[in-house]
Amino acid sequence: MTAEPLIDTDITPRTDGTDERRGRFARLLDSDIMASFLASKLTVLAGFVTFAFLIIALFAPLIAPFNPFDPAQVFLIDARDPPIWMAGSDPRFLLGTDDQGRDMLSALFYGLRVSLLIGGLGVLLSALIGVTLGLIAGYAGGRIDALIMRIADIQLTFPAILIALLVDGVVHALLKSGGREDTAFGVMVLSIGLSFWVQYARTVRGSTLVERNKDYVHAARLIGLRSPQILWRHVLPNVLGPVLVIATINLALAVITEATLSFLGVGLPPTQPSLGTLIRIGNAYLFSGEWWIVAFPGITLAVLVIAVNMLGDWLRDALNPRLR
Amino acid sequence: MSEARTLVEVEGLRRTFDVSRPWLTRMLAREPQRFLKAVDGVSFDIKAGETFAIVGESGSGKSTVARMVVGLLEATAGKVTIDRFEIRAGADSVEARRVRRRIQMIFQDPFASLNPRWRVGDIIAEPIIAFGMPKPAGGRDDAPSPEATRRRVGELLGLVGLDPVDARKYPHQFSGGQRQRIAIARALAAGPDFIACDEPTSALDVSVQAQILNLMRDLQEQLGLTFLFISHNLSVVRHMATRVGVMYLGKLVEIGNAAELFARPRHPYTRMLLDSVPDLSMVGKDRTPVAGEIPSPIDPPKGCAFHPRCKFAVDICRIDVPPLIDGVACHLAQDGRLPDLSS
Amino acid sequence: MSAPLLSVRKLRVEFATRKGPLVALDDVSFDIARGEVLGVVGESGAGKSLTGLAIMGLIDPPGRIVSGEILLDGERIDHLSEDRMRLIRGPRIAMIFQDPLTSLDPLFTVGDQLVETIRAHQPLSAQAARQKAIGLLGEVGIPAPEQRVDSWPHEFSGGMRQRVVIALAMCAEPELIVADEPTTALDVSVQAQIIRLLKRLARERGLSVMLVTHDMGVIAETADRVAVMYAGRVVETGPVREVVHAALHPYAQGLMAAIPTLETRAVRLAQIPGSMPRLAPRTRPYCAFHTRCDKRFEPCSSIAPPVTRMGGREVACWLHEPVPAGAAR
Repeated sequence: MTAEPLIDTDITPRTDGTDERRGRFARLLDSDIMASFLASKLTVLAGFVTFAFLIIALFAPLIAPFNPFDPAQVFLIDARDPPIWMAGSDPRFLLGTDDQGRDMLSALFYGLRVSLLIGGLGVLLSALIGVTLGLIAGYAGGRIDALIMRIADIQLTFPAILIALLVDGVVHALLKSGGREDTAFGVMVLSIGLSFWVQYARTVRGSTLVERNKDYVHAARLIGLRSPQILWRHVLPNVLGPVLVIATINLALAVITEATLSFLGVGLPPTQPSLGTLIRIGNAYLFSGEWWIVAFPGITLAVLVIAVNMLGDWLRDALNPRLR
Repeated sequence: MSEARTLVEVEGLRRTFDVSRPWLTRMLAREPQRFLKAVDGVSFDIKAGETFAIVGESGSGKSTVARMVVGLLEATAGKVTIDRFEIRAGADSVEARRVRRRIQMIFQDPFASLNPRWRVGDIIAEPIIAFGMPKPAGGRDDAPSPEATRRRVGELLGLVGLDPVDARKYPHQFSGGQRQRIAIARALAAGPDFIACDEPTSALDVSVQAQILNLMRDLQEQLGLTFLFISHNLSVVRHMATRVGVMYLGKLVEIGNAAELFARPRHPYTRMLLDSVPDLSMVGKDRTPVAGEIPSPIDPPKGCAFHPRCKFAVDICRIDVPPLIDGVACHLAQDGRLPDLSS
Repeated sequence: MSAPLLSVRKLRVEFATRKGPLVALDDVSFDIARGEVLGVVGESGAGKSLTGLAIMGLIDPPGRIVSGEILLDGERIDHLSEDRMRLIRGPRIAMIFQDPLTSLDPLFTVGDQLVETIRAHQPLSAQAARQKAIGLLGEVGIPAPEQRVDSWPHEFSGGMRQRVVIALAMCAEPELIVADEPTTALDVSVQAQIIRLLKRLARERGLSVMLVTHDMGVIAETADRVAVMYAGRVVETGPVREVVHAALHPYAQGLMAAIPTLETRAVRLAQIPGSMPRLAPRTRPYCAFHTRCDKRFEPCSSIAPPVTRMGGREVACWLHEPVPAGAAR
C-alpha cells in the first residue's frame, strides 16, 4: 500500500535530480540496504571478517612473513615448532610450523588465498553455467526447458566429490601425464563449477518465467529485438538479485567442498596447500600432540564459512522486499 | 473523416490454447487433450485515424486479439494486415521490420511495462536505435547519432507532458500516470501510425485516467494515429472510440459506430453490459442486474454462447451459432424480433 | 438522529521509517449510522483502505494509531488488547476484501468454513449451524444452497465466491461490514449483482456498511453518504446525491468531472493536473491539494483548512471557510 514512503513531494512535484548529482557512494550509504546492514551488529562483524579474509588472501605474498612455497625459505629443521606461547617455540613462527618446517601463519595466508580463489572461480563458473542455462530454459520453454531441467535433476543426484573424481579422471585420461600438480587447480574449479550450477539454473529459470511475461519484454519484442538481445539486456539484469544471494552462500559451500576434496586427497597437493590440504596434513599429527597444524587452518575455515554464510543470509533478507 | 482508407484488416482471427494437463498425467488419467478457444473467428477493419475499441469482460479474448494484431502472439488461423502487408509473429525479414515499426503497443500496467533497471531516456531511445529515426514517408532507416537520439527523446518527453531532464531518472521515481506517459513516449518513438492500447488506464486513478485519455486523444489528432483500444470499461470506451466491437467468449457479438451502438445497442449482451455499468447518474436508483456470469471458455455453451444468460433466448439460440451479419450476431436481432430498447 | 454506530474522531496514523515517521492518516473524522452505507472514495494511497484497517484494529507495525479515537456504539475500540479486539472483529465488525479467492481457505468446503465461523460465535449444534450456513448462502443469492454448501471454493465463479465471502462475514451477525474494494476484481455484470446484494443486506438487516472503493460509480449506486479522501485526509463528506451533483471541495469536483460517462462523448475530460503527493513526515501546514487546485488563493499554501460543517455536509477547504485574519501574506 505505502510501498514507497518517500518524503513529501507536493511542493516540487518531481524530484529535481539531486539524487543523481550526489555520488554513487553517498547514495549507497543512505540506501535501505546499507541501513539494514548497519542495523545488525552480527552482520557488520561478518562483513568485517569476510573483508579482512579477502584482503589477506589478496595480499598474502606481501603480508606473509615467509613464502611457504619457496624452498629456499623452508628448512626441515624447523618442522613442527609449536606456537610462540608454548615451550620450545621459535620466535620467528607466530603460530608454529608444519611438518616440513613451513611457517603456519604464512601457510594459512597462502592457503586462504588458494581456497578463496578456487571457491570464487568455482562459484563464478557455476553461476555462469547456471544463469545461462536458466535463462535459456525459462525463456525458450517447451522441450529445451524440459531437457535442461532434466539434466539439472540428474546432476543433483551426483555429490560434488563424485563429480570431482570424474573430472579428475577425465582430465588425466585426456592429458595422459602424471602432473597432477599442474592440473589440480583447474580440476577443482571445474568440479565445483559443475557441481553447483543447478541451483542457479533453477532460480534463474523461475525468475525468467516471471520476467518474460512482463510487458517490458513484450515491448522489446515489438521493436524486433532478437531473443539473445532481450535476454541479455532486459531479462538478465532483472534476475540477478537472487543470483547474488546464492553466489554468496555458495562461496562458503564451495570453500567447504574444496576443503573436503583436498582433505580426502582428491584436491590440491601439499605443494600448493589450500586450507583443506593444511587440515589433511595436520590431521596426521593431531594425536602426536602437534594440534596447531590442524587447529589453525580448521578454525580459519570455520570462521570464514560462518562469516560468508551470515553475509549471504543477510543479503537474502535484505533483497527480499517481503521480509522487510 | 475525409480520409477513409482502411489501415488495418483483421480476417478470421482464431487462437486456441492447449490447456491440457502434462502428457504423462493425461495418459495415466486417460484424459483427452483440452483446448481453449480464446478467439474464435474475429474479423474487423480499422480505418486510418479512427479509434476502434473492443469491449468485453474477462475471458472474452479481447487482449488476445490485441496481442495477435500487433504480432506478439501467433494466430492459430486468420490474418492481420496493415496497409495490405501481413503482420506475422516472429517474422524477421526487411519487409517485416518495416511493417513492425509502424505498429506499437501501450500496456495496462505501467509498473511492469518499463524495465526497472533502465533509465527512462534509454527506454524511450530503444525503439529509435532499433528502427532508426522516424522520417517522413519513404525515408530510409539510418543509424541515429547519440546526439540526435537524445534530442528526439527530449522531444518525445515534452510531447507526453514530461520534462526532458526526466530522461536521466529511473521508472520507480515516477507515479503511475507519469509512467504511462513514458510508455506512450516509447510507443511513439519509432513514429508508428497504429497503436494497440490494452487497457491503458485501468491501473490508474480516475483523475490520472482523464489526463492519459486526453493525452491520447490529443496525440491522435496531432500525429494522425490509429488506435485499437481494448477495455472493459464502457465509459472509457464511450469517450475514446469512433467504432466499437463487443466481444463475448471469443467472438464479436456486435460491431458498429460508437454513437450508434451506445445509443441503440442491438445484441442482448451489449444491452446487458450497458445496463450494468455503475454510473453517477444512478444515484439512489435501483436496477435489476442480469443473472449469471461468463461461462468457462474451455467448455462454452452450445449454440449462441450467450443464450444461458439471455432472457430472450428461444430454441434456435440453443442450437445454432449466430453469424455476425450486418454488425450483430444474434438470431433475434437479425430478424427484428427483439423488443425495442424503449420498452 | 440517533447516535452513530461507528464514529471516527480525529484519527491519525503514522508509519515509522528509518527517516522518521510518515503521516498516513491525519485528522480523519466521520460517522456511520445504523443501516447506513458510507462510501469512502479516493485515489490509491489516499488512505481509504488504511482507514478500514484501523477500524478493524489491523494496523501492523511500523504503522500505528498515534491519536484520535474510534468509537463503536459510543465505546472506544482503538487501542484495545488483541483479546478484546477479537470479541469485536467478527461478531460486531466484519471485513470483506477485494480478492475473494484469498479470503477463503482452499482446503475446506464452503460449508465447513461457514459452520466453523458460526459455531465460533454462537452455541449451536453442528446440524443447526449447517442449517444456518445454508440459510446464509441462500440469502446472499447462491442458487441451490443445500447442494452448494458442500462445494469447494474453487468450484465457485468469482462472483459466487464473493457472495460466499459476504456470507462468511454475515455469520456472526455483525453490525458493521467494512468492504474494501469488494467489486473491483469482478466483471461489470457481476459487480452490479454484488452491489445490489450489499444494498439489500443493509436495508433488510439494518446492517451498516463502510464501502471502500476507488470507483465513484459504485458508490453513487450503493452508498447513502460518501467521504472523499485525499492525501490522508477526508476533504468532503455528505449525502451521495449532493456530493456527486454539487461537490464543494475542488478535488471532489474535479474527481466527478474526470469520470467519463456513457451519455456522451465529451471532447475532453476535465482533468486535474499532477498527481497526489506522497506521504509527508508531519501534518501539512497547507492544503495538500493546493498545488493541483485552480481555485487556490493565499491561505491554501500556508494554513491547512479546518473541517467546516455545512448542513449535513462537511468540507475542508478555504473556499467555504472564513479565512483567519493575518493568514494572507
